Amino acid sequence: MVEIWKDEIVEHEEFEFPPDPADDFEWAPATAEIAGNQPDLPLNTWQTTGVSRRDFLRGVVCSGVAVAAASYVMVGGIGKARAAIRGVERLVSLNINGKIRRVDVAPNETLAHTIRYRLGMTGTKIGCNRAECGACTVISDNVSIYSCSTLTHMVRGQKIRTIEGVASASGKLHPVQQAFIDELGPQCGFCTPGQVMAAVNLLEKNPKPTVDQARRAMSGNLCRCGAYDHYLKGVMRAARSV
Amino acid sequence: MSDYMHSFELFEPASIGDASKLINKFGKDGWIIAGGKDSLDWFKDRNKRPKAVINIANLKELRGIKDNKDYVSIGSVTTLTEMEDSKLLKKHFPVLIDAVSRIASPQIRNAGTLGGNVAQDTRCTYYRDGFPCYRAGGNTCYANTPTAMNREHAVFDVARCVAVTPSDTAPALVALEAEMVISSKGKTRKVMAEEFFIGPATDITRMTALKKNDILVEIRIPKKWAGAKYYFEKVADRQTWDFSLVNIAMVAKTSGGKISEVRMACGGVQCTPRRMTNVEDLLKGESAGPEMEKLAKRVAAQGAKALNYNHFKIPLMGNLAARAVRSMA
Ligand SMILES: Cc1cc2nc3c(=O)[nH]c(=O)nc-3n(C[C@H](O)[C@H](O)[C@H](O)COP(=O)(O)OP(=O)(O)OC[C@H]3O[C@@H](n4cnc5c(N)ncnc54)[C@H](O)[C@@H]3O)c2cc1C
Ligand code: SF4
Ligand code: FES
Ligand code: FES
Repeated sequence: MVEIWKDEIVEHEEFEFPPDPADDFEWAPATAEIAGNQPDLPLNTWQTTGVSRRDFLRGVVCSGVAVAAASYVMVGGIGKARAAIRGVERLVSLNINGKIRRVDVAPNETLAHTIRYRLGMTGTKIGCNRAECGACTVISDNVSIYSCSTLTHMVRGQKIRTIEGVASASGKLHPVQQAFIDELGPQCGFCTPGQVMAAVNLLEKNPKPTVDQARRAMSGNLCRCGAYDHYLKGVMRAARSV
Repeated sequence: MSDYMHSFELFEPASIGDASKLINKFGKDGWIIAGGKDSLDWFKDRNKRPKAVINIANLKELRGIKDNKDYVSIGSVTTLTEMEDSKLLKKHFPVLIDAVSRIASPQIRNAGTLGGNVAQDTRCTYYRDGFPCYRAGGNTCYANTPTAMNREHAVFDVARCVAVTPSDTAPALVALEAEMVISSKGKTRKVMAEEFFIGPATDITRMTALKKNDILVEIRIPKKWAGAKYYFEKVADRQTWDFSLVNIAMVAKTSGGKISEVRMACGGVQCTPRRMTNVEDLLKGESAGPEMEKLAKRVAAQGAKALNYNHFKIPLMGNLAARAVRSMA
C-alpha cells in the first residue's frame, strides 16, 4: 500500500518556493500529535478525523476515486525526499440534512456549487454569487449563511441544512413553508428557498419575533418580485403556529 | 457560469502558530481568510490570485469575547453576529453593538469576522474591478478624473488615492481607543486602532498596519469608556448590504451636565476613520444643546475638499455631528 501511495504522488508544478523553512517548524501540540509517527507528513489537518493519511489514501486508491487528491502534495524541501506541508484533502464527508455524503470538493469550490452540482440538490439557488441577494441561504450549525460565498471546506465539520431538509421525512411541510403558501409568499419562487431558510433560522433562534425583528432577520434576502410583505406576514403566521 | 475562483491550495492550520508559519512560508503568495466575505469576491473577480489560502476561521483560540480586568478582548475571528448577541459588549460598549448591527446583512454578519471587517480592503469600484490604479500598483487614479464616478470617495486626506475606509466597526473602535494585538513570526505587538488604519500617504497599497505576515489576534477595548454616553449612525443608500456613505461614532462622559471627555470618529470620508478633533475640542467643558449642535455642524467638515460627485458628504458630516451632540442633550 505504501508503494501505491508513493507512486501516486504528483509533484506540484505550479508552486516554486524558496528553500523550505518547514524544516524549522515547531509543531503545535495538536498538529504534532496528529502527525505522530509520520515525520514526513506533519501538517495534515484533515487527519483531525482520526483517519491517517495513509489509510485515507488507501481508501481512495482502492475505490478508484479521483487520485487527484495526491496532487495536492507539494514538494519543496531541499535534500528532503518529500515535502511537509499540504492543503486540505479533496474528498470530504459533509453532513447535509442529517445525511453524511462523501464528495470530492475542490479547495476553491463554494458550498452552493457543491450542493447544486456535486450533490444534485438544486433547491438552493444561486442569484448573485456575491453575498448580495440571499437566494443561496442555507443553515450551517444553526446560523444562516450565504452558501455562494462560503468555501465548502470551511464548513465541512458542520451540520448543513438546505431547503430539501426542511420538510419532515413524511413530507409534511415545515410551518414556515405552509405559512408562505397561505400568505401567497412566492411569486416566481426563485428567492423562496432562501427566504424559507432565513425564516426557519429566525424562528429557531427567536420563536416569537416582533414584526421589526422579523423584518430585520429577513433583510438579507432580496425578492425581485417584491413579495416582501407576503413573506413577512408568512413569518409572523408561522411564529403563531409553532 | 462566471465568477469561478482561480485554483488555490487551502490550508487549515491547527493553531495560530502553524497559521503564522504558513503565512511566513508563502509570503506574498499566501492569503489569510476568515469569513471570506471580502476575500472570495477578490478571488471570483480574479483580481487577487493567491496560491495558498490559509483559513483561520476555525481556530478556537482566536474566537470569543472575554472579560478582563481593564479591558474586554474580542478574538479576531469572532463573528459579527456573536458580537451583536454579546451581553458583555451590550453592557459596556453599546456603541460597538450599534455599529456591528448595521453591517451588511444578517447572513454576512453570521459569517463575517471582526478581524476581517477591520482588515477588509477598500470598496473603490475601479480598484475592485481590477483597474490598474495607484493602489493596485499602477500610476493613475481612475476615481479622480473629470468624468470619474466618485460619489463614495474621500473628502479628506487625499494622497493620489481617494478611496475611503469601508468598515463600520472602524470608527467605533477608534472612538473607543481600542488596541489591536498583532502576531507576526511568533512575536506579538500592539497597535492603537487610530494607528492601525493607515492612509495612502503611509502606504498606498495597504489599508491597515497589517503586513503580509501579520495575523490579527484580538482587539482589546479598554474599559475606560464602559458605560459612557454614545452615538452611532450610519447613512447608506439601502439599510441592508450597502456600505456607509458616511458614518459616525461617538463616546462621551459628562459630569455636572458638562461634557468632560469625548471622542468622535467618522467613516467614509477618508481612507482611515477620521477623528473629529475639532468637534471634540469644541465640546469639552460645554453642555450639549442647540448652540453646540450648530457649532459642531459648522466645524465638523472643516477643510473638506469635495470631488465631482461627493459634495453631499460635507453637510452630511456636519448633520451627523450635530445629531451626535443632540443625543447627549
Ligand atoms: C455584500 C457585502 C456588503 C457589505 N456591507 C458592509 C457594511 O455595510 N459595513 C461593513 O463594515 N462591512 C460590510 N461588508 C464587509 C463585511 O463586513 C466584511 O467583508 C467582513 O466583515 C469581512 O470579514 P470576513 O471574515 O468575511 O473577511 P475575509 O474575507 O475572511 O478577510 C478580509 C480581509 O482581511 C484579512 N484578514 C481577516 N482576518 C484577519 C486576521 N485575523 N489577521 C490578518 N488579516 C485578516 C484577510 O486576509 C482579507 O484580506 C460587506 C461585505 C459584502 C460582501
Ligand atoms: S481611489 Fe484609490 S483605489 Fe480607487 S481608483 Fe483611485 S487609486 Fe485606485
Ligand atoms: S447567490 Fe448567494 S447571496 Fe446571492
Ligand atoms: S418570489 Fe420572485 S424573487 Fe421572490
